[in-house]
Amino acid sequence: MGAELRNYLHEQYYFRLRLGFTALVVLSLFALLASRFYYLQVKQYNHYQTLAENNRISLIPIAPNRGLILDKSGVVLAHNFFVYTLEITPAKIKDLEATIAEISQFVEISPLDRKRFNKLRQESRNFESVPIRTHLNEVEAAKFAVNHYRFPGVEIKSRLFRHYPLGKLGSHMVGYIGRINDKDLANLEKSDDLSNYKGSDHIGKSGLEQFYENQLHGTTGFQQVEVDADGHAVRVLSSNAPIPGDNLILSADSKLQEIAETAFGDRRGALVAINPKTGEVLSYVSQPTFDPNLFVGGIDTENWKLLNDSLDKPLINRPLRGIYPPGSTFKPFVALAGLEAGKRTPPFAIHDAGYFSLPNSRHRYRDWKPSGHGIVDMQRAITISCDTFFYGLAMELGIEKLTSFVRHFGFGRKSDFDIKGEIEGLLPTPEWKMRRFKQPWYPGETVIVGIGQGYTLVTPLQLAQATAILANNGVAMKPHLVAQIQNSLTGKRHILPPVVQDTITLNPDNMDIVRRGMVDVTLPGGTAASIGANAGYSIAAKTGTAQVIGIRQNEKYNEHTINERHRDHALFIAFAPAEDPQIALAVVVENGGHGGSAAGPIARKVMDYYLLGKLPIAEAAKIDVKIPINATGNAATTTPPLVPEEELYD
Amino acid sequence: MISRLFHRFVMHIDAFLMACLLFTLLASLFILYSASGQSFERVYAHGINIAVALSVLWLVANIPPNQLERIALPLYLLGVTLLIGVALFGTISHGARRWLNVGIIHIQPSEIMRIALPMMLAWYFAKREGKPKPSHFAFAGLLLAIPVALIMKQPDLGTSLLIAASGFFILFLAGLNWKFLLGVTTLLASLTPVFWSMLHDYQRRRIEILFDPTQDPLGSGYHTIQAIIAIGSGGSAGKGWLNGTQTQLDFLPERTTDFIFAVFSEEFGFLGNMMLLGLFSLIIIRGLVIASQAQSTFSRLLAGSITLTFFTYAFVNMGMVSGILPVVGVPLPLISYGGTSMVMLCLSFGILMSIHTHKKLVAT
Repeated sequence: MGAELRNYLHEQYYFRLRLGFTALVVLSLFALLASRFYYLQVKQYNHYQTLAENNRISLIPIAPNRGLILDKSGVVLAHNFFVYTLEITPAKIKDLEATIAEISQFVEISPLDRKRFNKLRQESRNFESVPIRTHLNEVEAAKFAVNHYRFPGVEIKSRLFRHYPLGKLGSHMVGYIGRINDKDLANLEKSDDLSNYKGSDHIGKSGLEQFYENQLHGTTGFQQVEVDADGHAVRVLSSNAPIPGDNLILSADSKLQEIAETAFGDRRGALVAINPKTGEVLSYVSQPTFDPNLFVGGIDTENWKLLNDSLDKPLINRPLRGIYPPGSTFKPFVALAGLEAGKRTPPFAIHDAGYFSLPNSRHRYRDWKPSGHGIVDMQRAITISCDTFFYGLAMELGIEKLTSFVRHFGFGRKSDFDIKGEIEGLLPTPEWKMRRFKQPWYPGETVIVGIGQGYTLVTPLQLAQATAILANNGVAMKPHLVAQIQNSLTGKRHILPPVVQDTITLNPDNMDIVRRGMVDVTLPGGTAASIGANAGYSIAAKTGTAQVIGIRQNEKYNEHTINERHRDHALFIAFAPAEDPQIALAVVVENGGHGGSAAGPIARKVMDYYLLGKLPIAEAAKIDVKIPINATGNAATTTPPLVPEEELYD
Repeated sequence: MISRLFHRFVMHIDAFLMACLLFTLLASLFILYSASGQSFERVYAHGINIAVALSVLWLVANIPPNQLERIALPLYLLGVTLLIGVALFGTISHGARRWLNVGIIHIQPSEIMRIALPMMLAWYFAKREGKPKPSHFAFAGLLLAIPVALIMKQPDLGTSLLIAASGFFILFLAGLNWKFLLGVTTLLASLTPVFWSMLHDYQRRRIEILFDPTQDPLGSGYHTIQAIIAIGSGGSAGKGWLNGTQTQLDFLPERTTDFIFAVFSEEFGFLGNMMLLGLFSLIIIRGLVIASQAQSTFSRLLAGSITLTFFTYAFVNMGMVSGILPVVGVPLPLISYGGTSMVMLCLSFGILMSIHTHKKLVAT
């Protein structure tokens, strides 16, 4: 009994010893937990508090309404409206094909929609929602909404869409917006504007939409919301309303635009009309045009191919990026150069035998009139567009003097216009030729610059601006399309003041000679006498014809036998009324033939409407002499003179 | 009359322990109400679980320990048989074979083992007279290894390790040699690098993430990270009941079961945590006191094991939720929602009370 008790006590002693040990372990481990809690909840409280708040609070951007684009008289050229779109977030979907197939049971999805979706998907990131269908009607939206639960990752969204009510009219001027791509994102990041585009998925891609992006876009608002783990908003904590973008009010008028575009018919070309006193652009035509609405929701491949592969190049902004030899429209500027340099003082005249030759050379630079014009002075040389007169003048002036003078009229440099992508054109000089071709300059090259041929290249905008400077007696006003910027909330308008870019000092007597020569152009005996007939106001003008392909010595150019796309470009510059110019313009009709007959009537219609409010007679629009295109129409593959910037000389 | 009846009713209930348990269980109802997104149904179901568990506690408390000792062996054998049954015929759910379909009810034999194994081992050591020899420990180790291995095979690593722990506590309290313990520990420590080199890359990766959840913040580490954010953002006084943003906005996973501690921590803060640790400490101290005062080898070993197992559950759960232990599926005792674990827990507390309140009767 005693031994058992001792044994029992002994056993209990050891047991309690071990129990005590475990109690120590328990306490120390609980102390470890307590210190962990202290670390997390007291020491690191701020850190975890921030993390919890970041979890809980989400900033939802609210995209601002984009500003409107209105013409001079308030006609809407670009506005916004709400449409239902059906959008898919690819990252949330396992089998995209199956899902789309299932959706199409409720909402019609055309092969075109599929193509556009695939294209957009490649351009966007995986977690972004991409529209599969836009412009759902109420019935379709309702049908899908009922079955929405079956399609996680597919949503109906109400998006603000850009719409261009006038469609093709003036699309090169207005431009278009498109979905923000990686390149746009990189640019936004560079300019620190990325945060302002948090809620936006479109950005100006061309035209005024691109140039005035900052004004049109507005300021993104933010809503602070409490979200749950699935990202669903539980309640709004605070919000900061977006500020809508400013409206643009143009100096161009949509009616004038319509008249100008209609006047082109189905011919390719460009027209720019400027108010010479202010620099305001009154009309800006690039033909053919395209429908900018195609680009807003992302253009599908078929339409894109149609536009991009068309021989007519409808996507090229011709006034800015179409480069043409100025031809005879260059002559008034060469004439002024000669007068200002004192090389041709008034009684001076030449006898034109129909050609010009350099000393010690038998090469003949032919006049357009093979028999020659007889006695020709400066004023008459302009009126009848005497080539021989200007060959000699250019030669006497020399290429450096000639180009440095006409450069003041804006040739060979950018005009700082409010649409991006302007091309400089080209005023050739010996240094330029050495750089470009590693060849010396030949005197013969100077000769043909005198009549606007050779290397000389201008854009229609430059030609119009040069005409405007001429009309404004040498004062160069900065050309611009936007006249006013309107705050869309207050309606307050900010009028953009005219900006003097440059002032050329010109002798009024010399200006007078050139002006008179140009006025005579539209009078009987001039090269565009028909254009001035019954105008009711005086028109100072100059016709031009620019060769597309070279004509060899002793070869005769025949408009009727040559391939349509090898035919000469028709050019026409004018300002009116000649004594107090209100409008100055330049017209280019590609492969139109002679400037007076192809481009002149277009200019007349524009001036008639602008100056007199006169609408053209419907029939008059059809003055175009239809020449049958060669039976082998596929030969017409010569690239039009629309050279992409990178391929330009220099 | 009524007071006599009441006395009979509570005579096998330990008042101190019971008070601690009731207070904790009452708190659990409030915590669950918040964790379940203010669902009365959940709280009601939890209340039913508690009621059933307390009835079991009362019943078991009224069974003298020597009777429990008698059923230890049959219970163990039944448990092992059922575990084998599970391995052969068990139903699979969530990729593990844990349940056995016996007629109309599904039973989870591993839950039986939670109490059957320590009872068996306590019974085994109680049968050995005097100081246990190494061979006894070896055999006990075998008794321990069989059910643990079967549960590990299901696979249910968490439960098997905790059951192994409950068995180990018996071995330790029965006087397992210190030198042997130290030897095994050093051996395991030295073998770790060898074991590590034998693992596949993906297995190593899983273990790495287990210990450092930030390595996989959107995958398996997500739960732990969110739980730590909940705890940390609770601060010293907590965000207040029903005001935990991590909890109420669904950022916390498994918040009524394994991660309920994060809910509590977020809403009641460091102070709440200290109170809970204090409450748990009181329960554990009371359990250890009961063990130290127990009169038979069987009851003292069993009481010690039950108490330490309770501690282990609490520590592992709070450790894993606060990110110092890897995530193994262990509920927070007395708080987490779940019927079976609640009943088994109260059953073990019933045994503690039985041991404590029957000792005068067995004393001679």
